[in-house]
Amino acid sequence: MKYTLTIRQWFAFLFCTLFMSAIACAQAPDQSTPDGLIKSVVSDVMSSVKSDPEIQKGNIPKIVDLVEKKIVPYTDMRRTTEMAMGPNWKKATPEQQAQLVAEFKNLLIRTYSGALSQLRDQTVQFKQLRAAPDDQEVTVRTVVLGHGDPVPLDYRLEKTSNGWKVYDMNIMGVWLVEAYRNQFSNQISQNGIDGLVKFLQDRNKQLASAKPSNS
Amino acid sequence: MFSIWLSLKRLLALSLVALIVGCASIPAGVPPSPDDPWEPFNRSVFEFNEGLDKYVLKPVVSGYRFVLPEFIREGVYNFFSNYNDIYTALNNLLQGKPDYAFNDLMRVVVNTTMGLGGLIDLATPGGLEKHKEDFGQTFGVWGVPSGPYVVLPFFGPSSVRDTFGTVADLETDYLFKYIPDVGLRNSLTGLRVVNARNTYYEAGDLLDGAAIDKYSFLRDAYIQRRKYQINEGRDDEEPQMPAYENPYE
Repeated sequence: MKYTLTIRQWFAFLFCTLFMSAIACAQAPDQSTPDGLIKSVVSDVMSSVKSDPEIQKGNIPKIVDLVEKKIVPYTDMRRTTEMAMGPNWKKATPEQQAQLVAEFKNLLIRTYSGALSQLRDQTVQFKQLRAAPDDQEVTVRTVVLGHGDPVPLDYRLEKTSNGWKVYDMNIMGVWLVEAYRNQFSNQISQNGIDGLVKFLQDRNKQLASAKPSNS
Repeated sequence: MFSIWLSLKRLLALSLVALIVGCASIPAGVPPSPDDPWEPFNRSVFEFNEGLDKYVLKPVVSGYRFVLPEFIREGVYNFFSNYNDIYTALNNLLQGKPDYAFNDLMRVVVNTTMGLGGLIDLATPGGLEKHKEDFGQTFGVWGVPSGPYVVLPFFGPSSVRDTFGTVADLETDYLFKYIPDVGLRNSLTGLRVVNARNTYYEAGDLLDGAAIDKYSFLRDAYIQRRKYQINEGRDDEEPQMPAYENPYE
């Protein structure tokens, strides 16, 4: 009697774990390895885009929603902003820092959403990962193949207590953080940190009211 | 066609003169970039190119997109892409990558025969990877430094080295230079320009939204991209990573 109970318990336990992990799988991609994370996020996003005609028509609010849900949780936008700000980061007050992170994130989401709406029948090829098991920082290299020239797309990730997070991207040979460094420092030397915040706010408002270009 | 081309040339010469006379200024308070000592001149050429794009090239390309269905535009793209693979093969050979050059030549063979003269790209799905190399990259691989940043009229972002690269590209280009029939040659060049602009039709709009100052954004991206293209070397080599100083470390 005691024995059967244990078996039952064991089955109950097994069922629970399987069920729970199935739920967990549906919600969160595998974050234990950096390339596993990128692979699952990329395939998830691509199938969502391809199966949604609204997104392909360029319905930006819908794409932004997709990006917020499926991509942003696996990024570290604070680190991205910090790196792009460089030495100016320390000169910003905590309030300005929070504003900068929020506005820069919005700008990047908008730009990224515009790019996603152009996704059709592209495929993503993963290059061999060069990393040691104890690396804290890893670059995952991919190539997007489809219409036109192949587009190299690389991701830089760091290991955090919440799993791997993307903090920089390379598009066709250009690292995002590096590209924004001069943009930020030039704006700051002209108009100060508040000037940069205001510029980003205005730009985001303007982009939010603009019509999609490929409808 | 020829007389239109001549008068267009005259018009362009005039606008160039106007351009050199009126130099654009750097935004106040911005420290000059060490890569870009000729910024005021470059900015005025940039403005000229932007105007040309806005009022001539982009409207022509949107007409092209309106008139021709996507599969024809894709055929045009594939045709020029296949043609360029010949020069990529040549440059890969000059850069000491004979296996890449062989891959590129195989692409041309496959696409020119089975791909109907290059209109269809069968090589990429067949596993022959597309590369893109030009003389500027080859000079870079040989160790020629880029020199200061230059914005060329019509061609856009470049450097002193890449300007020589572009000249070498054009001088060796059969379609641009050596087709005996002038009318055909000019039409093909026109189609090529339209096709090239068409490939980044949407990306161009995204760039406008992403940049704080489009001139310096394009400049910094160009300089970074060329370094990446020259240093990336081969797939099996470790890529070079930028090092950011972390303000917290």
